[in-house]
Amino acid sequence: MNNAKETSSSFHEEHVLHELAHYLPAQAPLKDFIHHNTLHAFQHDKFFDGILAAKSAFGYKTLLSPKEYKKFYSEGKISDEKLLTAIQKHFPNENANDKLKEILTTDFQPDLTPRVGAIRKVWKDHYHFDVSALVHHIVFRITCNYLDQGIALWGFPSQEKGLLKATRDLDKHTSVSLFRSKRGREIFHDSTLGLTDLLKLVVGNREELYSSYLFDMCFAHPGWSGMVATIEQLPSSLLDRKEISLRDFIHLELCFEIDAAYNQFGENWKSLGAFVDQVNPYFEKPQVSEVDLVQRVWQEAFEWTYYDTVLFGLQQRIKKPNVHSVQTFQAVFCIDDREGSIRRYIELLDPHCETLGMPGFFGVEFYFQPQGGKFHEKVCPAPVTPKHLIREEDATRKTNKEVQFNKNSHHNILGWALSIVYGFWSAVKLMSNIFRPGISPATSLSFRHMEKESTLTVEHTHEHDGDLQVGFTVEEMANRVEGSLRSIGLVKNFAPIVYFIGHGSSSVNNPHYAAYDCGACSGRAGSANARVFATMANNPKVRMVLRERGIDIPSYTQFVGGLRDTTRDQTVFYDGGMLNEENKALHQKNKWTFRHASDLNAKERSRRFETVNTSLTPWQIHKRVMRRSVSIFEPRPELNHATNALCIVGTRQLTKHLFLDRRSFLNSYDATIDPEGKYLFGILKAAAPVCGGINLEYYFSRTDNYKLGAGTKLPHNVMGLIGVANGVDGDLRPGLPSQMIEVHDPVRLLIVVEQLPNVILKTIQTDASTYEWFKNEWVHLVSVHPETAQIQVFQNEAFVPYTTTTTSLPYASSMEQLVEAHTENIPVHLLTQAHEN
Amino acid sequence: MKTELEFYMQFFLWLPLASYILSLIPGKHHEKTISWGTFTSVLLHLTFAIVFLIVWGIDGFQNLSHREWVLYQTDGYMFYIDFFFDKTTATFLIMGSFLTSLVTVYSRYYLHRESGYKRFFNTLLLFFFGYNLVIFSGNLETLFTGWEVLGISSFLLIAFYRDRYLPVKNALKVFSIYRLGDIGIILAMWLSHHMFHENTAFIDWSSEHLQHLLHEHESTAVILSVFLVVAAAAKSAQLPFSSWLPRAMEGPTPSSAIFYGSLSVHMGAFILIRTYDIWSHLLSIKILIIILGVATCFVATGIARVQTSVKSQIAYSSVAQIGIIFCEIALGWNTLALIHIAGNAFLRSYQLLTSPSVVTYLMKDMFYNFNPKKKNIEGKVSKKLEYTFYVLGTREFTINMFLYSYLWNPMKWIGRKIPLKSKSLLVITTMLFIAGTILLIGTDLSESTRHIISMILGMIGLVSVFAAFTERENTLRSWLLVCSNHFWVALAVTFNEHYSWEHNIIYLSGVVVAMGIGYLLLNGIKKKEGKLDLNNFYGLGYDYSKRAFAFLLCALAVSGFPITPTFIGEDLIFSHIHEDQIGLSLIVSISLIIDGLALVRIYARTFMGPHYKKNHEVADRAS
Repeated sequence: MNNAKETSSSFHEEHVLHELAHYLPAQAPLKDFIHHNTLHAFQHDKFFDGILAAKSAFGYKTLLSPKEYKKFYSEGKISDEKLLTAIQKHFPNENANDKLKEILTTDFQPDLTPRVGAIRKVWKDHYHFDVSALVHHIVFRITCNYLDQGIALWGFPSQEKGLLKATRDLDKHTSVSLFRSKRGREIFHDSTLGLTDLLKLVVGNREELYSSYLFDMCFAHPGWSGMVATIEQLPSSLLDRKEISLRDFIHLELCFEIDAAYNQFGENWKSLGAFVDQVNPYFEKPQVSEVDLVQRVWQEAFEWTYYDTVLFGLQQRIKKPNVHSVQTFQAVFCIDDREGSIRRYIELLDPHCETLGMPGFFGVEFYFQPQGGKFHEKVCPAPVTPKHLIREEDATRKTNKEVQFNKNSHHNILGWALSIVYGFWSAVKLMSNIFRPGISPATSLSFRHMEKESTLTVEHTHEHDGDLQVGFTVEEMANRVEGSLRSIGLVKNFAPIVYFIGHGSSSVNNPHYAAYDCGACSGRAGSANARVFATMANNPKVRMVLRERGIDIPSYTQFVGGLRDTTRDQTVFYDGGMLNEENKALHQKNKWTFRHASDLNAKERSRRFETVNTSLTPWQIHKRVMRRSVSIFEPRPELNHATNALCIVGTRQLTKHLFLDRRSFLNSYDATIDPEGKYLFGILKAAAPVCGGINLEYYFSRTDNYKLGAGTKLPHNVMGLIGVANGVDGDLRPGLPSQMIEVHDPVRLLIVVEQLPNVILKTIQTDASTYEWFKNEWVHLVSVHPETAQIQVFQNEAFVPYTTTTTSLPYASSMEQLVEAHTENIPVHLLTQAHEN
Repeated sequence: MKTELEFYMQFFLWLPLASYILSLIPGKHHEKTISWGTFTSVLLHLTFAIVFLIVWGIDGFQNLSHREWVLYQTDGYMFYIDFFFDKTTATFLIMGSFLTSLVTVYSRYYLHRESGYKRFFNTLLLFFFGYNLVIFSGNLETLFTGWEVLGISSFLLIAFYRDRYLPVKNALKVFSIYRLGDIGIILAMWLSHHMFHENTAFIDWSSEHLQHLLHEHESTAVILSVFLVVAAAAKSAQLPFSSWLPRAMEGPTPSSAIFYGSLSVHMGAFILIRTYDIWSHLLSIKILIIILGVATCFVATGIARVQTSVKSQIAYSSVAQIGIIFCEIALGWNTLALIHIAGNAFLRSYQLLTSPSVVTYLMKDMFYNFNPKKKNIEGKVSKKLEYTFYVLGTREFTINMFLYSYLWNPMKWIGRKIPLKSKSLLVITTMLFIAGTILLIGTDLSESTRHIISMILGMIGLVSVFAAFTERENTLRSWLLVCSNHFWVALAVTFNEHYSWEHNIIYLSGVVVAMGIGYLLLNGIKKKEGKLDLNNFYGLGYDYSKRAFAFLLCALAVSGFPITPTFIGEDLIFSHIHEDQIGLSLIVSISLIIDGLALVRIYARTFMGPHYKKNHEVADRAS
């Protein structure tokens, strides 16, 4: 490698590789699917500027087309009022009413021509040479073979470390080369050549074009390039670790391009640079066209038409002085938007309970090792690196086999026997799978994450596993319990039972299963976390420490961990046996509440499922919903975070009276016990990237499902267990499949915080990366005054008062009727029962 | 009882055909009507099949044969639709009906809200019709009709996601290989016609008279069988065609499962069993089939072992099993072969339908049972051997390249060498054609002269179709060139033998009408868009969906798809080529293959692929 000698040139390998990795999709392998802002690379700009830059560089469609907005307008989702406001902002010099007319009548066409690809297209334009057709499939194949986690029966034979070294070793010791020209093969094996030398061959002496060429090449298949870059940064995202780098990957592809050119033209070809006039830098600030402005107007009006009803609704809160007086139980759920509705139903069935929300790892971060597992699973937010390990013990996990995944079926002789014998049995199994779907070893079942009857090593007993400490010390436990309880404002008025309910999901035939689980647990079920938290909070030594610190948990109060399956709408509780007699009786009653709330919740969810009749009884629907979760032919076991739009950080009083239609993340927070914003900081530091990340991934997968989403999942083919591609030779498809986002309305997240504006401002400014989210408007931020409910909107780095234009909201007398009547997004409603209670 | 059963056979075809036509009626968004309609008809088919089988069994498993319709008849020539039923048909019937009904239920939910929902079920029924036509066929003509339907419905299903590049490209690839198989059957039809001096039904082949003829003309029988083996190998993805099968996995998973996992891919085995009487006495053919089967089995297994995508792994494993099935058939173990076919079809369908689950299943397996690989390769020789096989598997034994290098690329090379430019071309073609016709009418030539002239005319047709196939700049020119081929063929055959104008009218009637409409359609689009070439896939179906469909019908008509009399005409043409004129028959058949390819190429490049206008979101080329 000749990194040293490039110092004087205009092309810096390391710098460009770093840039590339920054812009490429950052989605990890399937098992670690974690939501993030798809266009995180543009986040240092204001939202509209960033997405415009992304559009002009890569041709991404980052806003809906005027035609799509017009459809929303005709459905009443966008109001004239908000359109006029947005027009005044973006077209300050024009008559707003005239402009509105123009926007509504003119057929504005967006232009999505990308800048990227300008140099590489010379192959086609000048040489009539389809280099991609000759190179892509072999590069994808070698890379996939190298990274494969267990599909192939015969793994990559070379044990050399690194893609390039291993491929060189492979090609060196074979009689049939991977390359087609002698010259190409020589260049590949010449280890003295670096990227710059290869680029010199392909592009020529014009070094200013090198970086653009690499962008052209990598963004011709962003899926694979991005996967390689991600694995390079997160080697632990593969169980069977592989050393790989973007540099190696690019090197390999360049060699294949050179090889293809030599094979086609012999020595009779010249570097591409000779045929390129001048290339606009891909990331140069683009001109804002009129269509862009029109789309911005539409988008803002679309967002604020909805937000306005929400903000008006929040102001209708019912202040009750003594909410905490009588309590049957408290239940803490994940902030997840899917938990909002179950909380509503639990409160409906038991008006004396209290529900709360916090990120579903419940503030206890650790690696989890299921019994018999050869690896550790991280169960906390992705950026956190835990130092603790919790082991599952005494589990009776059975691993059943499925013959259709038996690798012998791919063997010729054994395959003969299998297809004759098992072939007919698989006809029977196929039939039963289609007519009587049930749980099988191939189902991804949330309750399998941790066995119900197992025990966990929660308390530290001087045991270590490598760098990890097994279990937590009393001090560590107390810190975590205290932190979590304070952040949600649960420091007094403890009910006899406090539930901590994690969540997970179940599905089958779903390579994206990890995206459906708890994002705060790194895409796994939250059962272990809930149970660990409950165990900690029940620990008498921990309670003693807490008492010293001012949190007095009465001795009759007991904590119970649980797991709720958001697909199947089932809840499982752990360690119920340790409850005292009185609490056992209460627990039985509460279980009834949970079960019936789940039926109602299933009914509410079913309004989105066209194949389930929403007018059936809740229990009938619940059975059908459970069946969906194990049906191999069901691409939508649940709709996950689709339609998410809000994140409300505040007391339940702020939202309890509202029907927010599963569109909101709910994080409990009590400003009165956090005047300094100490706990708020922790909440927003997580909420902005986690909820904002989920929101923007849905947003961009929805606006451009072809380039930023994974397209329809129906033709997906699993590649090496790390990603999905269309067909056999296609590029990997990061992002969300169309089935997950089709009902999603792409609006940015509105974060509402029930706290004074100055406290919020001070809090978010503490951390630059958190502040960037708000400052650049990738999420909206609103303050609701804890006392007066006055609303202030965060704009241009300051809070400004906001007056809602909504004047009234409809009442929903019965949630059941409401959900039966709608299949689309339900507007904000006031709940009459909340007003009556 | 037998006559009743024979009579009822036709319902297995009417049912899917009628439901296909009915399925075109409901609007795009009437998912329930579409899927229930399809399911009802397939379920009815299955029920009917079960009842039919029971009655047939009670009746003693006799072979059934029924001449259905004579479509055309003159002296010594008859084109008729004929049905046949035996245990092979029975196996394929129950297997096809069962799997199709399961996949219909599966797809009912799976395709929910997909924009091509209706199109999917339409094509599924069309495919199902073609499948039944093939398995019930009683003669090569009927089989060929079904074969064409299978080919086009496969093309449409693979290119189901027509707004992306790879599905369209792969659909073309698969179609071109199917086209090779078509030509195998056309030539087999031609030879059998000459050998038996009549149109024969499968049921006659075991008769003493035809067996005698087969033994008498052994060399002809060998050539005939080779054509059949080529057709079978192409359809069942045997060497050297194997690489099309994994690339056909571009549509929704259920369609891949049923067509390429199970039904379509076993059609080659079907044709071998069906034509067993033709080649069962020929040791050389048996050896050829066994070599082919064994070689495919080993090569495909080798490739399957290194596949890291779950669908291609299943595809190659299936191909390997079909290799074994070919051997079983060659050895005369037909019952075993049928069991094997059904077992393989069920297993692979099931594997494909549950293939997305492989992540959950194998990741879990790995999580609990992972053993880091510890392997040391001893010795240089074994390492070299291992690596070589690994690279061969990874490169799919270069069979994917094979067809490009030895077939398509030379064809393109020839095409590019043809110096034909638009206007002069049209003038020259017309003048030559008129001259030829005058020559024909005005003179009385000797037979050998006629044969030479017809060869030359055939060559001109072939050249124009090559030029059409490689044309890049002008779509209209390509279209006219393709169509003109049929006129050259007609003229060539007219010279070859005193042959009635009636036949030519039958042959050219469909072509002329479709050519005119197709020209108008393309010309209209050209005027609107300002240009129309074949340099790229333009995805104009996005703007002109109705015209795309109309043009597809025109292209199908010109290619001799069984929707116009041209289809029968093609067969008629061949009846005028003598048994000893292998040269002329090759020229004509090759020109017909490329003719079809060029037509589908025009359709695909104009209407399919990512839309070239960038005013809405389009897929990356590699995706």
